Amino acid sequence: MLFGCALLSVLTTVAIIFVLVTESLVGIPPHTAFFQDVSLSEFFFSTEWAPQFSGSQQHYGVMPLVCGTLLITGISGLIGLPAGLMIAIYLSEYASPRARSVCKPALEILAGVPTVVYGYFGLRFVTPYLIMPLFKSMGFSVYGFNALCGGIVVGIMIIPMVASLSEDVMRAVPNSLRESGYALGATKFDVSARIVVPSALSGILASFLLALSRSIGETMAVAICAGNSPNLTLNPFSSVQTMTAFIVNVMQGEVVAGSTLEKSLYAVALVLFVITLVMNLISQMVLSRYREVYQ
Amino acid sequence: MSLHGKIYERRLVWRHRIGLIFEWVCRIATFLSLGILAVLLFSIGRQAFGWLGWGFLTRSNSYEADQAGIMAGLIGSLWLVGLTAIMSVPLGVGAAVYLEEYAKPSRLTKFIQLNISNLAGVPSIVYGILGFTVFVRMFGLRDRPERFTCSLGFAQFSFELPLGRVVLSGACTLTLLSLPVVIIAAQEALRSVPPSLRHASLALGATKWQTVRYQVLPAALPGIMTGVILSLSRAIGETAPLAVLGAAAQLSFAPGRIHSIGDAVQHPSKILQAPFDQFTAIPLQIYGWINEPKAAFEHVAAAGIIVLLIVLLLMNGTAIFIRQRFQKKIRW
Repeated sequence: MLFGCALLSVLTTVAIIFVLVTESLVGIPPHTAFFQDVSLSEFFFSTEWAPQFSGSQQHYGVMPLVCGTLLITGISGLIGLPAGLMIAIYLSEYASPRARSVCKPALEILAGVPTVVYGYFGLRFVTPYLIMPLFKSMGFSVYGFNALCGGIVVGIMIIPMVASLSEDVMRAVPNSLRESGYALGATKFDVSARIVVPSALSGILASFLLALSRSIGETMAVAICAGNSPNLTLNPFSSVQTMTAFIVNVMQGEVVAGSTLEKSLYAVALVLFVITLVMNLISQMVLSRYREVYQ
Repeated sequence: MSLHGKIYERRLVWRHRIGLIFEWVCRIATFLSLGILAVLLFSIGRQAFGWLGWGFLTRSNSYEADQAGIMAGLIGSLWLVGLTAIMSVPLGVGAAVYLEEYAKPSRLTKFIQLNISNLAGVPSIVYGILGFTVFVRMFGLRDRPERFTCSLGFAQFSFELPLGRVVLSGACTLTLLSLPVVIIAAQEALRSVPPSLRHASLALGATKWQTVRYQVLPAALPGIMTGVILSLSRAIGETAPLAVLGAAAQLSFAPGRIHSIGDAVQHPSKILQAPFDQFTAIPLQIYGWINEPKAAFEHVAAAGIIVLLIVLLLMNGTAIFIRQRFQKKIRW
């Protein structure tokens, strides 16, 4: 019976894959799947995403959504990854036990704030008080919903994750390495930046991957901040739509069961699932190998 | 001093300066992120100031911003988290006990373990899609929902198959979502129980099950509880999967068509009906208010966020309390 409980998790994975595949790749006979209605080449290479229209104006090119997702993930990575790494270095190498005892719980709180709250924060604070004054004065035209705000907010969200995972791997670096560095006359900076970080590098990269996969899958903050217009653009001041935002946006209204629009949700979700799965698998493998090396 | 020594001395000064700059950059990054937390809480608190009161908690939503309330979402969230706990705790702890105490290190065990840690990283919106297909639509097996009535003698409740957008669908989805996290937390708690305890119990002639039931589980309980509460508090803030299920953002009644406390007392049978009724949740209401075009609703959304954060604070506080209270009692 206990084995059954453990098996449920496998069953969940199987169910996810079954549902996504039967709706998007291979349909069960009376129903057709998404890719039997829309060709693969249109899905991946067409540059227009307009599933809500009908007739010749209907387009299923996933490129704008992928581009929007990558734009926001890129911005969030630029903000979240260096900040998280620096926090991890500070906590693991420099911080006094007292500073640690303050910072760690605060980071946990930051990690526990629901994403819809970050979305509100982005829409009502980051855009009007940070992005607008800064970039409008420089002459950019900034939209009320913009990718930059989404990226900044998601970047803040992944900081605690990067910090705590990287700190764990850095603390796992044996002290003998640090001491031999000092014995050779290295300064504290040399030890942390040239010994600890390189020897923890694979673990740090794994934490980066996990964080990026989280920002790809992030939904609410992005849907609130970055808007809902699928533009094929890399301009961070324009409004974009991510894969996740599209799914939420469509499901908010009534969707006709069995329509191509409904199946397109599954196709987009499948793309999302595969991307995050690959990233998670790689980082899991790196992290678990890492644990073995230093134990 | 030789020329070499001078160059070395000068470079050493610079090396220490760079080190100091680096340390301060790292320190500033840390405190900046804590500053963001403070700014976030302060800006939302300021927006919510004056909008949060007893009336806000007991009213349901309205088209007028100053008449809006969070009652439906608050009760809905409590139902969701309660049902999720009932389902995910036995399943999660069971799986953790199997993996930690019974499973032999084999390829299957390793696969299950890898699978669980991967499920923990699947975006929550994918769980929403899964829940929508499996629980709300039930794979579209029936075109029109069929109503079943179940009588318990003193009261009766009725439900439809496929379930539709009801509390139970939401709770099942959240269960699948939080299960991997519960399992991982419970596993860590079980791992922290020293093996000597198990050996002592087995040496006294207890069976494997008796050892697990009477020694290991009680010792791991505080850790399990803490992990469970933390993962449930993660689940209560989840918006995306519920939004994907198609749950309404705003309703004028709590699950079971309960409009007020008096309603629940006078018609207790309505409570039985609640798991099979439509629902909304706090984060869904917040999302609805954020999308509201009227400007005044941004204050309502902020007030809703404060309620959500207070609920989270209460849950996390309980977790910390349990950890502090019971950790002292056990001495290995």
